[in-house]
Order: sequence, then C-alpha cells, then structure tokens
Amino acid sequence: MIAAHLPALQVVIPLLAAPLCAILRRGTIAWVIAVVANWLAFAVSIGLLFRVLDEGVISYAMGGWAPPIGIEYRVDLINVFVLLVVSGVGAVIIPFARAGTAARFDSTNQAWFYTMYLLALTGLLGVTITGDAFNIFVFLEVSSLASYVMIAMGRDKRSLTAAYQYLIMGTVGATFIVIGVGLLWAMTGTLNLYDLAQRIPDIENTRPVLAALAFLTVGISLKLALFPLHLWLPNAYAYAPAVASAFLAGTATKVGIYLLLRFFFTVFGGEGFFLSTPLPEVFLVLSVVAIFAASTVAVFQNNLKRMFAYSSVAQIGFITLGISYATETGLTAALVHLMNHAIMKAGIFMLLGCVIYRLASMRIDDLAGIGRKMPFTTAGIVILGLGLLGVPGTSGFISKWWLVLAALENGQWWLVALIVIASLITMVYVGRFVEAAYFREPSEKAMNVREAPLAMLIPSYVLVAATIYLGFDTTWSVGLALDAAASLLSAAY
Amino acid sequence: MTPSDHILLALLIPTLGAIVIALVGRNANLREGVTLVTAGLLFVNVLQLLPVVLEGGRPAIAGFEVTPGLDVAFQVEPLGMLFGLIASFLWIVNSFYSIGYMRGNKEPRQTQFYVAFAVALAAAMGIAFSANLFTLFLFYEALTLSTYPLVAHHGDAKARNGARIYLLILLSTSIVFFIPAILWTLSLSGTLDFTPGGILAGKADATTTALLLALFAFGIGKAAVMPVHKWLPTAMVAPTPVSALLHAVAVVKAGVFTILKVSVYIFGSDHLLATGASEWLVYLATFSLLAASVIALTKDNLKARLAYSTVSQLGYIVLGAAIATPLALIGAGMHILMHAFGKITLFFVAGAIHTATHKTEISQLNGIGRVMPFTMGAFFIGALSIIGLPPLGGAWSKLYIALGGMNGEYWFVVAALMISSVLNVAYLMPIVVRAFFRPPDPDDHSQVGVAADDTLSLRERLAEAPWFCVVPLCFTALACFVLFFAPDIVEQLLRGMLEVPQ
Repeated sequence: MIAAHLPALQVVIPLLAAPLCAILRRGTIAWVIAVVANWLAFAVSIGLLFRVLDEGVISYAMGGWAPPIGIEYRVDLINVFVLLVVSGVGAVIIPFARAGTAARFDSTNQAWFYTMYLLALTGLLGVTITGDAFNIFVFLEVSSLASYVMIAMGRDKRSLTAAYQYLIMGTVGATFIVIGVGLLWAMTGTLNLYDLAQRIPDIENTRPVLAALAFLTVGISLKLALFPLHLWLPNAYAYAPAVASAFLAGTATKVGIYLLLRFFFTVFGGEGFFLSTPLPEVFLVLSVVAIFAASTVAVFQNNLKRMFAYSSVAQIGFITLGISYATETGLTAALVHLMNHAIMKAGIFMLLGCVIYRLASMRIDDLAGIGRKMPFTTAGIVILGLGLLGVPGTSGFISKWWLVLAALENGQWWLVALIVIASLITMVYVGRFVEAAYFREPSEKAMNVREAPLAMLIPSYVLVAATIYLGFDTTWSVGLALDAAASLLSAAY
Repeated sequence: MTPSDHILLALLIPTLGAIVIALVGRNANLREGVTLVTAGLLFVNVLQLLPVVLEGGRPAIAGFEVTPGLDVAFQVEPLGMLFGLIASFLWIVNSFYSIGYMRGNKEPRQTQFYVAFAVALAAAMGIAFSANLFTLFLFYEALTLSTYPLVAHHGDAKARNGARIYLLILLSTSIVFFIPAILWTLSLSGTLDFTPGGILAGKADATTTALLLALFAFGIGKAAVMPVHKWLPTAMVAPTPVSALLHAVAVVKAGVFTILKVSVYIFGSDHLLATGASEWLVYLATFSLLAASVIALTKDNLKARLAYSTVSQLGYIVLGAAIATPLALIGAGMHILMHAFGKITLFFVAGAIHTATHKTEISQLNGIGRVMPFTMGAFFIGALSIIGLPPLGGAWSKLYIALGGMNGEYWFVVAALMISSVLNVAYLMPIVVRAFFRPPDPDDHSQVGVAADDTLSLRERLAEAPWFCVVPLCFTALACFVLFFAPDIVEQLLRGMLEVPQ
C-alpha cells in the first residue's frame, strides 16, 4: 500500500514537515522534525530504488489524475540515482546542523532555518522526481527561493549580497527555463516529459524547438554553475551558513546536472540528436576551461570556503565533460562523479563548518597550525581533498578513471594529459590547506581552539568513510550509473 | 594457518600495531614495547611464507574487483618475498635504534613517529605482496603519505621545506607518469596482473615499450632515477631512523622493487631483450649512478653524502632491471638486499655520531674513531659492502650485475661499474681515514677533543652513542659480513621469478 505511493511521499513528507517547523517555532522540535523528515525521505528513495530495480520505470499519477491531464511522477534509474544522492547527503547533513545552528540563532530563527532547509529539499526532490516540465520549474523555484533565504542567514554581512546575486542570476536562469518549456509546450501541446519525448523527434529541427533547447541549456547551465555562468556560486557558498553550503554543494548543482541529462537525452531523444547539435563541442570546451580556470582561481583564494567553492566549479566541469561525450562510458563517468563529488564536497563543507564552529574564521592564515588542535577535522579535510585530487583508494579516482576511459574511447589522448594537469592544480590548492594546517606555527586564534564536538564530527566522517568506501566498492556508484547511462542513451523513459 | 592467512596478517599486524601504539602513546616504554613486539611478529609471520615460495608456491588472496580492470589482490612471488623479508626484518633493527636515537636526542612527537612508522611498514607489505599494478599503486601512495609526517618530523622551516619537496615530487611523478603508465598498460594488454614472462610481449612494439618504460621509470619517483632524485637528499632533514627507513627499509627500496617488478612481470625479460626497448634506460641508469657518485664526493654533510650515495646505488638496481638479462635481474634483486644492510649501517652511524657529539659534517670527524671505535668500525664494514669488496655482501650483487651486463654485451657498463667502485672508495674511505688516522682538531672542544690526550685509556676516552644505537649498527655491519656467505639462497629464491610456466 505504502509502496505504491512512494513517489508522492518522496515530496510530500518534507513538504508537510516544512510548515510544521514554521508553526511550532521551536528550534529543537524543528530540528527533530527535519531529521525525521529527511531520514524518511532517504528511506523512501531507497524504497524507490528497489522498486525501480525490481519493476523498471514507475509512473505515478499525482492525485489520481492520469497524465497528461494530471501531473505525472515518473521514476527511472536516472532520477532515482539523483534522489538517492540528494536525500542521502541531506540525511547526513541534517544531524550535523544542530550544533552550528543552535550556537548562532535563537530558537525561532532556528525553526525558520529548518523550514527553509526542508523547502529546499522538497524543491530539489520534486524537480528530480517529477515527469512534468512545468512542475520542474515550480519546484526549482521552491528550492531556489528557500536557498536564497538560507544563504542570506550567513554570519557575514556579505551573505546578503551573495544571496541577492544568486537571486538575480537564479531568476534569470529560471526565466530561461520557463521560456524553453513554454516554447516546447507551444510546439507540442504537452508538458509531460514522456509525451514530449514522443513528439519532439518529429519536429526536432524546427526553429522554435531549437530555440527551446538553447533557452533550456542556458537556464539549466546557470543553475548548475557551468563556466562561465558560475559567478553566483563562489560567493553563495562562501558566505552561506556551513550547513547551507554543504547542502547546496552536495545537491543543488547535481540536480541541475540531472535536468541537463533529462532534457538532452530523454526529452530530445537519445544521443543522436545531441550529437547532431554543436552542444558536445561547446560542452567539451566549456568544461575544460571550467576545470582549469576555476582550479587556478581556487589556488589563489585566501578564504577556504571560497577556495572549495571554486573547486566545485572545476569539479562540475569534470561532470559536464563526461556528458559531452554522450557515450555510455562518458555518461557513467558523469553520473559517478555526480555522486562522488556530492559526497566529497558536502563532507568538506561540513568539516569546514566544524572549523568555523570553533575558530569563527575561514581565512587560511587564521587556520595555521589547526592540524594539531583539531586533528580529526583536519585529517578528514585532507582525505576528502585527496578524493578531489583523484588519488586511488578514494571515490574521486573512480570518477576520473571512468572519465579517462571515456576520453580514450574517443581517441583523445591529450585529454588524459589535461586531466593529469588538473589534478596537479588541485594538489596545489589542497596542499595550501595542508601546509597551513600542519606546517605553520599555530595562529593566535588557532591556539585556543579544541576539536569539534562529536555531533558534528560523526556525520562528517560518515561522508569521509563513504568517500573511501566508494573508492573500493563501486557496486552502488558505477553499477547503477552504467545502467542509467544505457537508458539515457537509448532514451528509454 | 594457510599461506594466504600470512599475507593478510602481514597487512594487519603493522596496521593493528599502529592503532595500539597510538592508544598507549602516553606510556613511552609500553609504546616502544608494542613497536618491538609488532615488528617481531611481522617478521616471523613473513618468514612463514619463505619455504612455500622457495618450493615454487605462489600464495595468493583473490581480493575483489573495484571496477572492471582494477582489482585489489595479493600474491607472493620471489621478489616480493625478498622485499617483504628485508623490510620486516630491518624494522626490528630500526625500532631498537629508534629508541636510542629518539630518546637520546629528546625528539618531540615520538608517538606520531612510531605510529607513522608502523603505517609505512603496512604499506610496504602491501607493495611487496601486490598481485597487480593497481594494488601496488594504492600502497605505493599510502607509503608516500604515511612517510610525509616522518620527513616533516622536526616541524621547523627546513623540515617543512624538505617534506614539501618530498611530497610534491613523489605525488606529482606518480600522478603525471605512473597513473598514465598503468592506464596505458591496461589498454594495451587488458590486464594489470603481474605475470611471469610479462604481459606486453606481442602487444607493444619497440617504440611503445620504450615510451611506456619511460613513464614507469620516471613515474616511480621513489626509485630516484636522475633527474627525479632531488627529493631524496632534501628528505635527509628527517631524524636518522627515518633516513634509514627511506634509504634502506622501505621507501627507495619500494621504488626500485617496483621498477624491477615491472621489468620482470609487466614487460618481461624476453620482451625487453627482444625489442631492445630498455637500452636507453641502461645509459640513463649508468649516467645516474656515476653522476650521483661524483656529487657525493662534493658533499661535506655526512647525511647528504650518504643520500647521493643511495641515488648512485639505486642506479645499479635500475641498471640491472634495464639490462634485463637473467643474471642482471638477479643481481638487481640481490642488490636491494645488500644495499639495504650496507646503507642502514652507514645511516645508523651518522645518527649515532649526531646523538653522541652533535656533529653533522665530515670535516668535523677527525679522530672520532678514537672515542667511537665500535661505531666507526661498523661504518668501515658498511662502506666496504657498499663499495662491493669481499668478504661482504655487496660484492656479490655488483658481480651479478656486471656479469649480466656482459651477457647483454654492454661492455661499457662493466667499465662504468669499475669506475663507480673507485668513486665509492673515494667518497667513503676518507671518512674512515679521518676517523681513525687523523688527530682531533685542536679547537675541537667536544668529547673527541679529549681523545687527543693520548695518556687516557680507551675506556676513559670512549664516548659512544646509547647502546640502543650502537648495538643495532654493529649488528647490521655483521649482517653485511654474513650475507657474503649466503648468495646461493638469495639466488635460488630470485631464480624463481624468472621461471615462466609453459
């Protein structure tokens, strides 16, 4: 009985929990609600995964209204993979959120924070699960608006401008998406993704459809912070509260990637159409530039959160690079890195949150010598940093391995060299952190700190452990991604 | 217990040891006791594998697949057996020495030191018993990372800089060259398993093989083939037991071991000989071993001179791997063993001198043999073994490599080896001469200066380092002598690596 309604529950649980938090207005209660709601959402994702593995694509008519009149929720391997990442990362972050949030906000504002968190979660899960193009737009706005508020709650005044910047850019992106969806609707008369996928192949070379593709590409690229549309991201991640940075880094851009895949491959009909457009070359070039430009900029950041925010832009480049190949290996690499990067980057921002909790600073000079004072926090960041580098034994290596295999399949030996150089640049900025943390005399601020509380460390280390685990057992990352990539290429939906 | 269990234990014992050491860190005696027990257990455990391997057995653990083409798996073959035995045995000796040195010099952060050491040994065991390149690479990187805190131990600007270069060169060479080499190997042959006779015969032409070999030779930075040798001299800022670990027990040995292993089990001796793809490496290794010896001559700092000596001696092993005739390969494997015992003795001596007198430069060592006769006597024996004179172990390995060179018709190699031996004499023997035959400097106010007064008896002059330092270094010097009488068992073991099942 419940199993039949899992697709609805995936969204409804956090959606109902959010106003509950707002009404009760008590920080602790709101936190408990958020934890329960997020864990339930994760359990629902797991349930959905097993159902999809069991019976294939699930179509769920929301409210009993059959598509195309009603809104359809449609779950296949691709979006259940993303649902798992989003709800899973959230499920680890939310227990972590308690200590930092309680230290900064009064009870009412804590409740508001959890409300916003749950709304953002609802939005991201909704975007991922829905089979309706306009519904995508609605949920995207829900998650974006909630994100703006979360970012604006940062301790630094600059968080306000960062949130505003994101709001402007995000709204532009959303507008582009809604224009794209509108054009598709005008041409096909449907908003249902499945129906769109049936009808578009006949008219795919008409000008409005190509225009729709262009609008959607730019709009979604803004959301996932593809270079050069990434400008909102560094400030937003740098000045948001640590919990928000971790959550957004792990989930928001990843859902953007999902949308890209969904539109390019499912809606516009498999690899054939994608390869016939200039998109593969565009994405290849932008990805390579993103990887190099953003990594290089990261090297010169003195604020650690900004440093790892730029690192995110670079890592997103690795994902879009995989997409640009439009081969099974390339898409597998993209999906695997989507999962691995979500886990690594969320983990890094959580551990940086531990540092802020004790040190109240992100300046690299203030962090000098922190390795001796907060050994577990620092060691965790180093391990995750090695993951970003792609050192074997971490999940980051698996992602890069598949990416290199994809490049080799296309005969692009030079790309192997580029990936290697990119790893070296990553080594430089991770090395800057290592150097400061371990090999400088403790700064005045760092002298007086101690290790972060276990309530923060344990959730962070779940992600550290996951990064190592996924470097050895790839059943759940590569295994699922391979099947998902195959179904993307055949445009099965 | 089955042999496979012993492989697993070889990885588990030092790992668990590291955890226990960390837990009991506050109690220094207990901590060092645990280190010694762990080291002893590890050696006994590894020794259990030796008879099996000598009889031709190849114990293995199947492990698991990470992603298609990449497996974590273990297998013991003769070369790995030898490396495993050397590393685990010298760990025992080194641990005794560490106790004397670290306490004698009142070093800080000793618990961190012992923990990192144990982790490094676990990594070395993983390298020794890897069944494929991927597994080997995992442990190779683990060894780099675990030795980083050891190199940076002093925590001052100089140590930090040395450690930075250490990490930068080793990590970047492995990322830039080693990983692409592994990838290329996989795409050529479809496997990464170490297979007797190699996996590339018939799958790579001469040019490809030569290029691939270059990626391996420079990617395996730990082998310190010039020009990737710079990290080794800069890493001598570390405490002496760490230098011993780097130069004798695990780190550079892991490097040349890997080169040798790749040469034997990935390229295959026959394939290298048939294509001549390794000829360039013969020239480079010869250059490396001569050039490093010349640089060693110019160094006045004792540890720096020994460091360049190591670069030179590693050249011998890489040379053997590049010549790739059976005798050269056996000689190279044997030299891993012989050099380990010779060089650990020399570094122990350098550390003992530092502990007893705080002297670091060779020019300060006039007359030191009078107050530290045991230490300097051991230095003499170790130096003779490095030079390659009978009756010391080093004589055999150099002979094998020279004979291997003749088999491969590299006549200049034989000449170069002779020149190198002369250079070895030139940079090692003056130290012995200074120590025993020159009077102490008149303005030397340390204990050595006292020795100038010839009326004192030996007992009154004696100013050796703590016994925990002196006994291990005398022991390893003695071992150099014993090894002279045991080349046959080493050869018998190493011949096993050249057997290709039909």
